[in-house]
Amino acid sequence: MAFFLETLLGGLMAGMLYSLVALGFVLIFKASGVFNFAQGAMVLFAALAMARFAEWIPHWTGIDNPMLANVVAFVLAGVVMFLVAWLIERLVLRHLVNQEGTTLLMATLGITYFLEGLGQTIFGSDIYKIDIGMPKEPIFMLESLFPGGVLVNKEDVIAAAIAATLVTLLSVFFQKTSTGRALRAVADDHQAAQSIGIPLNRIWVIVWCVAGVVALVAGMIWGSKLGVQFSLATVALRALPVVILGGLTSVPGAIIGGLIIGVGEKLSEVYLGPFVGGGIEIWFAYVLALVFLLFRPQGLFGEKIIDRV
Amino acid sequence: MFYRENGQFKTTYRADQQIFPITQDRIAIALILAVAFLAVPMLASDYLFRAILIPFLIFSLAAIGVNILVGYCGQISLGSGAFMAVGAYGAYNFFVRIPGMPLIPSLILGGLCATFFGILFGLPSLRVKGLYLAVATLAAQFFADWMFLRIKWFTNDSPSGSVSVSNLQVFGLEVETPLSKYFLCLGILVVIGLLAKNLVRGAIGREWMAIRDMDVAAAVIGIRPMYAKLSAFAVSSFIIGVAGALWGFVYLGAWEPAAFSVDQSFRLLFMVIIGGMGSIMGSFFGAAFIVVLPIALNQALPLLGSLFGLEISTAGISHAELIIFGALIVWFLIVEPHGLAKLWSIGKQKLRLWPFPH
Repeated sequence: MAFFLETLLGGLMAGMLYSLVALGFVLIFKASGVFNFAQGAMVLFAALAMARFAEWIPHWTGIDNPMLANVVAFVLAGVVMFLVAWLIERLVLRHLVNQEGTTLLMATLGITYFLEGLGQTIFGSDIYKIDIGMPKEPIFMLESLFPGGVLVNKEDVIAAAIAATLVTLLSVFFQKTSTGRALRAVADDHQAAQSIGIPLNRIWVIVWCVAGVVALVAGMIWGSKLGVQFSLATVALRALPVVILGGLTSVPGAIIGGLIIGVGEKLSEVYLGPFVGGGIEIWFAYVLALVFLLFRPQGLFGEKIIDRV
Repeated sequence: MFYRENGQFKTTYRADQQIFPITQDRIAIALILAVAFLAVPMLASDYLFRAILIPFLIFSLAAIGVNILVGYCGQISLGSGAFMAVGAYGAYNFFVRIPGMPLIPSLILGGLCATFFGILFGLPSLRVKGLYLAVATLAAQFFADWMFLRIKWFTNDSPSGSVSVSNLQVFGLEVETPLSKYFLCLGILVVIGLLAKNLVRGAIGREWMAIRDMDVAAAVIGIRPMYAKLSAFAVSSFIIGVAGALWGFVYLGAWEPAAFSVDQSFRLLFMVIIGGMGSIMGSFFGAAFIVVLPIALNQALPLLGSLFGLEISTAGISHAELIIFGALIVWFLIVEPHGLAKLWSIGKQKLRLWPFPH
């Protein structure tokens, strides 16, 4: 039982991190109808920027407090992500308004290659580490309930807490601020939003910026967990089933989808994996998402797709 | 002046329904075939065969397959790499396990394996559409990656799924030299290309296109969506499977599952989008573009660097390649979202009048 709970908790923690990446997809898709394949590359790019800035800043400025250096690096990386978002809107999206979904998808794939190349050219292509002082040692919980307690990784708990905070902040931003309202209006209907005077281009920049910040946070957490390296870009592929499971247009969907996928992956790997040779995590998530899709083709929380002739 | 159809009257339905109704087109195709079968083998070097021509032929074949599914039937697929893998490993199993199995039948059987795999993973398309489907097809990709890495039976118990074939023969002729490989690929490409061209302009191709344009409307006028979608998946994955088998057998010789990774799927989709969706001709353009571009960049970048007195490291070149590749794709999508095939047809339209103003 304790082992089951451990697995379950591990899955939930991993799921929170998936949601974080998935959130980036959903934000952009909601506001601009672009399925942003480059989210993974953005995570890599942001993490690379953050890792290298944290390394360089003590040399540049003589700040030797690692925490302060990290904060400055985070802000600088955020600025870089703003810049990336602005350039993407300015150079790519603006020219592809009204194109089909596939064309936009392909364009973001192009951006993916571009960002991967650029990130590694500027920041180098070795493995870097982000050290934001997360405790690595595991802790035991619920020792009174089970003999030996449940082993939980402290780092995972903190990461999940950060993710949860970010999600709460984002939902407040979306629900309560006027910019958030404008974002939702654009998401509902581009033309109607434009006709009441919401500047589409600026909204898109904002959305890509927010997605960039989400990518930065995701990159920071994943980076401190796994090290910043090229494989970080494939995190996006792990988060895709989350997006389609939760629905492309739903923020809560991204969270709950992430949790379902995280738990499903871990449980399947532990209880099903040994029978079929292990390593089934990655495709199991997709199959799980597919099974859900068979019953709800628009994802769990997606808007109902209505076809008219 | 040269490309005028005036005076070419069709007096029978047969004449009207030819693949290439315009005489100049027929001549052009005959010329291209003559060049491909006669001039190229005489002129090209071994390097050209190995690095450009053979990959180009195989990718053209695969791109035709992807185009049938994505361009003609409108079902976006990111799992093409998996179909290639299934074709390659299927053909490998038939080739190795059955003694004396000839090459061509095992390629076809590999294609049939891919067909079954394609139909299986095409089933969600009956329920799921658009981007959701695109992501769902990634399931096929990751499943295939895993299957050939972990299930040892498929790879003849070789560790890490790497397999190799040797002693390829077609009708008693050795397929060892680049030239003979080129001819094998070219022959298969011509046959399948002709079949594909005829399929897409026949009844079934029209059904696919109707489904692509609007599946609800197509169902209303009596096209069975299940039949149309699954047949597109079947035909497309057969062709992709044969291409995958050729890629493994003829181009690589020895391969492992990573040869058919998700990158390969993206590359195939790029070919179709850049070449032109819904155009057999476009598949060739797209394949040429994607095959030649990295090689050209690889050759040009060090030269460019030395021009400015810069020494670019190998890693730097590969990163610069990524940057330029990505930028070119975006630029291309912005300039011509309908692909190279559209440019081709614009060119043809212009040629109709040239050199006269009207």
